[in-house]
Amino acid sequence: MSDKLSLPAILEAHGISRREFLKFCGSLAALMALPPGMAPSVAAALDKAQRPSVIWLSFQECTGCTESLSRSHNPTLEALIFDAISLDYHHTLQAASGEAAEAARATAMKQFFGKYLLVVDGSIPLKDGGVYSTIAGRSNLDMLQEAAKGAAAIVAVGTCAAFGGIPHANPNPTGAVAVSDIIKDKPIINVSGCPPIPVVITGVLAHYLTFGTLPELDGLGRPKAFYGESIHDRCYRRPFYDQGKFAKTFDDEGARNGWCLFELGCKGPTTFNACATTKWNQGTSFPIESGHGCLGCSEPNFWDAGSFYNPLSAPIPTSNKVVLGAAAVGVAAGATIGLWNRHVQTQARREHVAVNVDDLEKPHE
Amino acid sequence: MWMIWKSLMSETDLLLWTRGPGFQWALGLFLLGMALRGFELFSLGRRRDLAAPRAHSPGSGWRTIFTRSLPKWSTWRRTPATPLIAYGFHIGFFATLFLFPPHIQLALNIFGFSWPGLPSPLIDALALLTLLAVAGLAAGRLLDPVKRLISGFDDYAVLVLSALPLLTGYFAFHHQILSYTLMLALHILSAELLLALMPFTSLVHFATLLVARWYNGDIAGRKGVAS
Repeated sequence: MSDKLSLPAILEAHGISRREFLKFCGSLAALMALPPGMAPSVAAALDKAQRPSVIWLSFQECTGCTESLSRSHNPTLEALIFDAISLDYHHTLQAASGEAAEAARATAMKQFFGKYLLVVDGSIPLKDGGVYSTIAGRSNLDMLQEAAKGAAAIVAVGTCAAFGGIPHANPNPTGAVAVSDIIKDKPIINVSGCPPIPVVITGVLAHYLTFGTLPELDGLGRPKAFYGESIHDRCYRRPFYDQGKFAKTFDDEGARNGWCLFELGCKGPTTFNACATTKWNQGTSFPIESGHGCLGCSEPNFWDAGSFYNPLSAPIPTSNKVVLGAAAVGVAAGATIGLWNRHVQTQARREHVAVNVDDLEKPHE
Repeated sequence: MWMIWKSLMSETDLLLWTRGPGFQWALGLFLLGMALRGFELFSLGRRRDLAAPRAHSPGSGWRTIFTRSLPKWSTWRRTPATPLIAYGFHIGFFATLFLFPPHIQLALNIFGFSWPGLPSPLIDALALLTLLAVAGLAAGRLLDPVKRLISGFDDYAVLVLSALPLLTGYFAFHHQILSYTLMLALHILSAELLLALMPFTSLVHFATLLVARWYNGDIAGRKGVAS
């Protein structure tokens, strides 16, 4: 699949004008939080970009990330940018299968050793020797370790690859872990989300193509340009939060008026992603706009972070044993101290010796 | 040390811990302490008053609860800062605690009922004023030689304990210093610390204050002193 065609040539072949391409570069620059003046640099870099080899490994996942990337628009510039890389191995998208597919992977890994971009979606099961997910008879762990050796960088697409995701959720029967739990010696970009926003995936790839470097990352290894602000801070319903106007149920007047969904369990305040600004389906909408609170899917352990419908400030229901036990200990200890104090009082009263004036006037012996 | 801690527990994990087991432990310690102090205090009882009451004064205890809660005019004139800061702190603290909508959600979750809240910019301003009041209380204690002499560890500890939830809440709301998730976790943790230690410090006055005032008023009433 790899060839020497440059991006503009490919775009032209798809009927995309130069003007549309530059417009796209401008919006990409804005998305990546670059100064407006950088748009021509983005265009220039993309103009020159040769199609880098990309190996996409799908492990313990649901293909939602690939669906998000490929199905949301057809064709759009984002999809074409994706065409502009040489996707040498991807289960779902490649035509080859079986031995031929694995051979394509082996060839790309050999030919572009040290240069290819490794994209991973899905978590990696470690329990019982990794038998819970295998490809061509090999465990995911084995395949990841082999492919990571020659990778220039790894992009962990989706919350499963970035943080373990749903397979990692309690009780984690397969011992699923994130890419970063296994690979320690390569730069890893976490593009979390269940699934991630398509333009965020393409934006990260564009950044890599433009600058040849990794974008600036946050504490969880996510590109700051897309994960720098919380959903809550960029939410169009935020003014209602500040005014104290909340929907109490999904069908009350507040819900119809589009008030804040905090009380219905929205995880927007602790979720960092670009949903509220970039939105989904070509900027149509995002979950909160559709009337449902944010689930927090781009954060670690989002599946086990209490109920989706429990407000963020409310306690997560757990066993009351500790509380009841402590209260019982308190009552017992209090009663014991009370009884002891009584005993001291009674003792003092019993040992009290009455003294009269004559006693006091007695000379000291 | 921080890095070791970070590798063991992510920000989200800490937040989950504070909302789950952390809250249970804090509530447990609070109930333990309150039961213990309650038994301890009330089982002491009072010596029976064998003297005949000098005055018939029904409701003297209840009236005292009210009258002693109002600042005395003489105090206002002598040291206006004292009642101003003390009232400012208590009103501000209770308003931020009970009228911020996310806090009301906590009450709804535990007690099953709720009440209307205030807009968040107003709570924000109140939190700042309350923090200033805490600083005022600390300054009053440190600058006055007499107060400094009679202040012990407990007096400073309760100031820190009540200031921490305000400070972390303010920083979390404004996304200052640490990430929101971590600051929120620290905010909840500081509130849990306050809850758990309240019975064991002079902050137990939240429960004993009114009882003590009733006793004072009632005893004074029996002795013929008007409340």
